[in-house]
Amino acid sequence: MQKKSASWILILGILVGCFHDNRSPVELGNERQILHIGNASEPSDVDPHITVGVPENHIQLALFEGLVSKSSVTLEVIPGVAESWQVSEDGLHYVFHLRKNARWSNGDPLVAEDFVWSWYRALLPSLGNQYAYAFFGIKNAERFNKGELTDFNLVGVRARDKYTLDVELSYPVPYFLELLDHHSMDPVHRATIEKFGAPGDRGTAWTKPENFVGNGPFVMKEWVPNKVVSVKKNPFYWDESSIKLQEIHFYPIDKSTTEERMFRAGQLHIIRQLPTDRIEHYQTHHPEVYRFYPNFTTYFYRFNTRRPPLDDVRVRQALAYAIDRQQIVERVTRGGQPPARSFIPPMHTGYQSSATMPEDIERARELLAEAGFPDGKHFPPLTILYNTDEDHQKIALVIQQMWKKALNIQVKLENQEWKVFFASQRTGNYDIVRGSWSGDFYDPQNFLDVFRAGNGNNRTGWANAQYEALMQQATQTRVQSERFALFQDAEAILLAEAPIMPIYTYTSNALVAESVKEWHNNIMDYWSYKHVYLEPTTAPSAGKP
Amino acid sequence: MWMFILKRFAQAIPVMLVVITVTFFMVRAAPGGPFDDERDVPPEVLKNLNARYNLDASVWQQYTDYLGNLLQGDFGPSFKFTNRTINEMIGFGFPVTLELSFYAIVFAMCIGLLAGVISALKPNTWQDYVPMSAAMLGICLPSFVLGPLLILVFGIWLEVLPVSGWGYTPSDKILPSVTLGFTYAAYIARISRGGMLDVLSQDYIRTARAKGLSTFRIVSVHALRGGLAPVVSFLGPAMAGLLAGSFVVESIFQIPGLGRYYIQAAFNRDYTMILGFTIFYAGLIVVFNLLADILLVWLNPKLRHQLASNT
Repeated sequence: MQKKSASWILILGILVGCFHDNRSPVELGNERQILHIGNASEPSDVDPHITVGVPENHIQLALFEGLVSKSSVTLEVIPGVAESWQVSEDGLHYVFHLRKNARWSNGDPLVAEDFVWSWYRALLPSLGNQYAYAFFGIKNAERFNKGELTDFNLVGVRARDKYTLDVELSYPVPYFLELLDHHSMDPVHRATIEKFGAPGDRGTAWTKPENFVGNGPFVMKEWVPNKVVSVKKNPFYWDESSIKLQEIHFYPIDKSTTEERMFRAGQLHIIRQLPTDRIEHYQTHHPEVYRFYPNFTTYFYRFNTRRPPLDDVRVRQALAYAIDRQQIVERVTRGGQPPARSFIPPMHTGYQSSATMPEDIERARELLAEAGFPDGKHFPPLTILYNTDEDHQKIALVIQQMWKKALNIQVKLENQEWKVFFASQRTGNYDIVRGSWSGDFYDPQNFLDVFRAGNGNNRTGWANAQYEALMQQATQTRVQSERFALFQDAEAILLAEAPIMPIYTYTSNALVAESVKEWHNNIMDYWSYKHVYLEPTTAPSAGKP
Repeated sequence: MWMFILKRFAQAIPVMLVVITVTFFMVRAAPGGPFDDERDVPPEVLKNLNARYNLDASVWQQYTDYLGNLLQGDFGPSFKFTNRTINEMIGFGFPVTLELSFYAIVFAMCIGLLAGVISALKPNTWQDYVPMSAAMLGICLPSFVLGPLLILVFGIWLEVLPVSGWGYTPSDKILPSVTLGFTYAAYIARISRGGMLDVLSQDYIRTARAKGLSTFRIVSVHALRGGLAPVVSFLGPAMAGLLAGSFVVESIFQIPGLGRYYIQAAFNRDYTMILGFTIFYAGLIVVFNLLADILLVWLNPKLRHQLASNT
């Protein structure tokens, strides 16, 4: 027994030996201006012309800067690499004036020709850029990307001189400036990329920290897969003096419970999504670190309109009218989500949805009876498909009960693992399926385009000539109010025809340590690190319950 | 002895080939491909992606190409992590998993042997019941329960150890190693207790006692060697199990080891990564089992003689 207690003393000794510096990473970071952020999952890459994910984008926002940038407070377009620009009367010609002091992180000057080459690379078919469509308003960009045209000189982008970039569109794109800060339009450093392969090669070594060259406020420092991506201040950035952070560390943490634990233990300054069951705790006990804001993302169900009885609009309407969204968000999701009765999330500027989806059980019963299923009789057993996840399952269960109660119909539930789930949708092998859409840019068109005929994300088999006509007309319209009016009409058709059933708008329930200053949250979850700084506090580390 | 090792190696080759072939065709038969995702990939882009990763060739062609590359030690590029090769990912993950498993097995051996020997010396007393009940608990308690429990106590209530991470401070390695090693400590305690009880009832131990040797000397010089044999034969599979099973602990504590990559690869349908990691794991298991066999022969004179007379 003496031996045993001796070994315990030894273990305790080791433990004690490790405590001497028990300042947490957050406290140390506050002193040294190092920000620690929980960033969901391991980034697939940081090449702006290849990646598609949100965690990747959070890192790219530190490493690259487009022609324009955005204010994280108002989401307004502000100057980026271009310090000013002019748009022609017809909205087809843009002239960008680049800053003379813009530089790459290796000190090379950043010139207009860099953008021409970067966009050439982004559009090269062999690169397989999934966001190439962001360029399609530019003259001939789509044809070049699809391989119908091989001479890039015919594409509407040209360097007039070192600091002037001309862009020609084939039709007016009212949100073109918004698009310019999308990562797929970021500039990349030609010499670095060519050092590691051809321009159209996917996944070369240029994005590794030791090779990396970028133009953003930060530059790659270290990347250990599944551990951390860290970036440090870029001394050649044109606005270097206004950057206060020395480093940002992005941690790939796929579980929100782990993130919350790390926040509590002072290992992270910022986490994006609290586990649902911890929201109330932070709301009541730690409002100083708790941040709540809606996202530009809608949660909805798709109906497979190729399959009977869902090919009957009355059946789709009956299903969509018979659920109680308020109950779903209050009893199931419980993250402050606003119920969604239209497809486009509430926007703080410009567009407001005019049509809404009714919630009317009486009407739903009538519609179902008209479609030949009075009191749900002979209604075939449909299946709700969702990707394996407890939260999606809970929602599907509630909707199953609501339909049973309101319409007296029986639906089955089925879950599939992520990749299988999307393969089923691609092949149209489903009845009703859970989906979500988040806007790539702050404009209703990005949502409404999804349900145009031939869009790969439509997946419902639904097509409507009038909807197409309205969307087509909107692309020709330059006056924003007229454009929005057309979108309102289109959205009204979408809701009336009900190939989808909106359920709620996503929200973020984030935690931000008190020491983090000038960190602004917005509906697009657009992060700007430029003015952020850390203020060391004498109080015990923020956010500890 | 050398013949024995060589023979075991030769046996491993067809095993590996079967593993490669079965895995290759199974991952391709799984529904959903590497490019199925929330956002639809336009057909032109998909065509280019398939060409880039040799997915437009016939499956048989892909298989032979893969084997060809494999012979040159090239596991290919990752589909998901575009700027990484599988060799690179193994290079990042393996040392971490190996280190974690090593600490875990050292912890398991120290605690497990101590508990096992003490219980065996005083069978059916409280010195036996207490460690054996603890061992039973250890076997029953899965690491996804134990891990968060330890985190709660040491990381959040007592605030003495980090709740996650690997290699930031020396102390962040303690909780994951203990969590991973605990179950194995429990097994080792039970196995070594059994082995020791067996040996302690042998005639030669009685002789040693009769000679008046101290308990410590009897245990350390005479009994342990025989009593440990079952533990050693458990170690090979245990080490392989630790390496392959560390993924739960790796994801609880955010450790950048092999297991986490492996899980991600399966979810991402990252064909090359699944294959590369499966082959690597299979190779490890073969090697560890071989090492355990060699160790067993070395520890057991009877087996050694048998081998010598066979060859």
